[in-house]
Parts: sequence; C-alpha cells; structure tokens
Amino acid sequence: MPAVNTAHTPIASPRPVTRRPGRMWDRALAYWMMSYRRVWRGSIISGFLSPLLFLVAIGIGLGSLVDDGPAGGIEGISYLMFLAPGILAAQAMQTAISESTFPVLGAMKWQRQYHAMTAAPLGIADIVLGHLAFIAFRLTITSTTFVVIATAFGAIESWWVVLAVPVAILTGLAFAAPVFAYAARQEGPSGFSMLFRFVMLPLFLFSGTFFPVDQLPVVLEVIAKFTPLWHSVELCRGLALETLSLLPALGHLAYLLAWLALGITLAMRGFRAKLVV
Amino acid sequence: MTLRAFEATDAPLISARGLTKRFGDFVAVDGIDLDVHRGEAFGFLGPNGAGKSSTMRMIGCVSPPSDGSLRILGLDPGADGSRIRSRLGVVPQRDTLDEELTVRENILVYGRYFGLSKAVVRERAAELLEFAQLADRADSVVEPLSGGMKRRLTIARSLVNEPELLLLDEPTTGLDPQARHVLWDRLFRLKRSGVTLVLTTHYMDEAEQLCDRLVVMDGGAIVAEGSPRQLIAEHSTREVLELRFAVDDHAPYQAKVADLARRIEVLPDRLLLYVDDGDAAAAAVHDRGLTPLSVLVRRSTLEDVFLHLTGRTLID
Repeated sequence: MPAVNTAHTPIASPRPVTRRPGRMWDRALAYWMMSYRRVWRGSIISGFLSPLLFLVAIGIGLGSLVDDGPAGGIEGISYLMFLAPGILAAQAMQTAISESTFPVLGAMKWQRQYHAMTAAPLGIADIVLGHLAFIAFRLTITSTTFVVIATAFGAIESWWVVLAVPVAILTGLAFAAPVFAYAARQEGPSGFSMLFRFVMLPLFLFSGTFFPVDQLPVVLEVIAKFTPLWHSVELCRGLALETLSLLPALGHLAYLLAWLALGITLAMRGFRAKLVV
Repeated sequence: MTLRAFEATDAPLISARGLTKRFGDFVAVDGIDLDVHRGEAFGFLGPNGAGKSSTMRMIGCVSPPSDGSLRILGLDPGADGSRIRSRLGVVPQRDTLDEELTVRENILVYGRYFGLSKAVVRERAAELLEFAQLADRADSVVEPLSGGMKRRLTIARSLVNEPELLLLDEPTTGLDPQARHVLWDRLFRLKRSGVTLVLTTHYMDEAEQLCDRLVVMDGGAIVAEGSPRQLIAEHSTREVLELRFAVDDHAPYQAKVADLARRIEVLPDRLLLYVDDGDAAAAAVHDRGLTPLSVLVRRSTLEDVFLHLTGRTLID
C-alpha cells in the first residue's frame, strides 16, 4: 500500500469496487444512514407526536362534533376513522417534503456531501436513488408508527391498512423526487417557504384529508383530483375502510408511479446540472 | 485496457491534448496539452481565474471537457469516469466534510463510497488518522476543528482508497504557517511513498517545496512549463538587485540604471533589476554616483517568474 507507511500491511490490500452508475446507490444510502444515527431519537419522537396531536385534536375533538351533529359522521362512519387514513397520506407527503428540501440544499451547497460522492465513484443516479432510498426508510418508520398509534386509538380497524403503509411510502417518494429537482436548483432556502405555503399547505387542506373533495366547488374539486395527494388519500382510505375496488386502485397507483418516474427524471437532470459542470 | 494492465505500463497517468473547457462564451481552459507521469509531483500555478480548478475538475472526472482529448489512467473520463474516480484521491478546494459527523465517521463513510468493506475501511481509517495526526481527535465532531485539522482530514479521507493519483486543489489556502508546514510534510511523505501528486496553488513556496514539474497558467492557457529551477532559468535572471531610493516615485531612476539590467521593474517603493551578477550591478550603480537607501541582492525566485509571466495587475 503506497499511501501510508504502516507497521503491518494487510495480507492483500483490497481495491475499490466499482459497479455501473445507478447500482451503487446503497453507498449513498450508507451516508444518510450514518448521518441519521445522530438524530434518530428526536425524529422518532416528532414523527410520533405530530400525527398523535392531529388524531386527538381533530379526529376526536372536532370529530365528536361531526359525529354528534346532523351529519352523523362522514359517509356513515365516524370522523376519526375517516380522518386517520387521510393523515397517513398527508403525513407521508409532509415527511417527504421536509426530508427533500433542506437536506438536499445542504448537501448541494452548504456541507456539499453530494460533491464528496461525485469525487468518489458514485454517479448522479446513485446519489439521487440513494437519497430517495433513505427517504423511503424514513417514511417506513413514520407511516408504520402512525398506523400503530391510529389502530391503538380505534381509528383503524382493518388489516388491509398494512397495504396502506407501502402506499404512504410511494406517496412520499412521489413528492420527494420532484422536490429534489426543485431543491437542487435553489440558491438559498427562500424558495422553500413558497413551496410550504403555496403547495404543501393547500394540498394538505384540500386533497380530501379532512373532508371529501366533493364538498368543494367543482373547479377546486377537479384541481384536487389532479394532485397526487388526493390519489394517495383515496388509496389509504379505501384500504383502511375496505371500500377500495381494484380498477380505481390501479389508476391511483399508476398516477403516483408516474409522478415518481417524472420526479426522478427531473431530479437527475437538476442534480447533474449542479454537480457535473 | 483495464486499470490493472495500465499499471504495468509507463504511459502518463494524465494525458491531455487541446483540452478545453467553456462555460457559455467564457473559455476557462483554452486548449492545453499536458502529460503527468507516475510518481511525479506536478503543479498548476496561476492567479485566480487562470483555469487551474476547471482543469482539476476535468481531471477529477466531474466536469466533461468541452473539447480536446483527455485520458486519465489510460481511460476516457467520459466513458469510464466512475472507474477512474475509484483510483483517484481528491482534495477539493472547498472541504466537503460532514461537519456533524466525527472525524472517524467521515473517513468510514467515504471509504464506503469506494465499495470497501467496513472492516477494511475501519482499519485504514485508524492508519490514516495516525498519518494525519488526528488520532487523538478521532471521535470528536468535525465542526469545531481548526482549518488545518479539517484540511488534514480531507487529505486523510482522500487516501482511503489508496489512490494512485492524488489531486489537490489549493491544499493550503487559508491556513496559518504552522498548519501549512505540517501539511507539506505529509504531502512530501506521500510523494516519497510513490503517490503521484497533482496540485494547484498560487503560493510559490508551496510549488517550490512540492513540485518536480509545474506549469504556469494564465487566462486558460499554459504560459510556461518546467521544473522550478528550469522556469527560473528560462524566465528570469539568476539574481535580482533591489534598489530603494529616498523618493516617493522610483520611475525617474529607471532610465539611469536600465542599461545595467536585462529587465527592470518599477514598484512603488523600489526598483527590481533582473541581472546575472547582482554585486557587479550594485557596484555599477554606485559608480554612477547613485546612492540608494538600501541595496539588496537576492536569487531569482519562482515568484519573479510568476509575476513576470502573469503580470502584477489584479485580474479578478
């Protein structure tokens, strides 16, 4: 080994192993996992707390008004059971967006971890896919936690909800990938407050999370049905309440997958424009 | 050719012909030719904006050339960037450390990028921390470390894949003299152990200390090439006579001594006479009845060459 003069040289000095770009994403994931080890406690607590607050305040607090009022619940079920799958989908969106804004900008511009990866054998595809894989990991934790809590509250009763967890992960990724593309091109964090206020918050409120979108004026209802979050809410709710049928389910899934595919394409382009110049 | 087969040859590690980098209309690197051979310490010297870093980024396979040909370790960066990078060590101009991770973790995770097993990386990290004199800080977080320590960590990290070729972009810029000397010492050891070094710098002392051969870049082009000694011989005189007079403006004295020197330069506070024999020239100045406040004879340095070739005006 030429680099360092050591007292004991390993028997055979292992050499770097390169695979085709796009197949080394696990190495980028290894970075994010190591970085996560420092903060996982805090993130588990906040991931546990905020959906819990929503369930208690809105599901139970506001829900008792809805259930006891003239409406008598929504579509024949308690408001809490209507709300829980909506929160599952919306929480996935929120987690994904927050994980793909500041961390991406930081890795691109501030601490520049992405640049460290490109100096090593990793390619753009590895960097994008590795980071998305980490977000999928985070979504797995937050979504599973939420489902367990909601079930404990009696907000979810069907075993089909087990399938809602992968749907929530897909939902998060369908948001994370296009937000990657957006975040990669930012020069500072100011663009993120626009994203939070004018994209995330309206989606959160008007995609069927808290009430059926047919309560909206027709124009808004049509717009709502183009948002990926509405499709995700439909899937999660359909699974949790056992009202989903196959064909619409496939349509919703295809729509989310299309967003994911488009998002990855745009993210790769955005990352390349910044990292390979 | 495979990387292993290439290692058996004595072909240049880096070979560029007409290498060009354009950003829009701006030509950062303007058709340079160069070869860097195994075991060499090769330097790019030049003012800010000369094209050094753009060249380094092309060599580091993170910036596709706009024109010309480039072979690194016998491979084409366009087709085999990933394989080339697996054999390079890169010390970028701005550190890319994760400041929230520990010193050791930074090396561990970087080693993983190269597909090395955890056990191998762990063992190498311990050796590299020793080498970089960071062993006692191994488990502290990077953020509060001094600039010199971070730079040593970046260098240690860049060696985790045991690179054949180490690229250093301004390795000691912004460090205090002690930290620079420690770094030079480490780089010198690497060089002695056979690692090929390619570095950019705008410090002449750094270039003179470390480089066997260097090119001076200016405006995207190579304006001179050779060993530090060759460059001084070709582009400057053996000695420099510095004359300081008790006046505010030294320009009027230029004509009085110009014929004594091969080249003369007027600075605000002194005249520089580029001569082969400084003492003889100083005596001739006195013979003309001129009485400078101070007279200094010194050898030409790389800095004289550099300023001669790239000018004294700031071109940021």
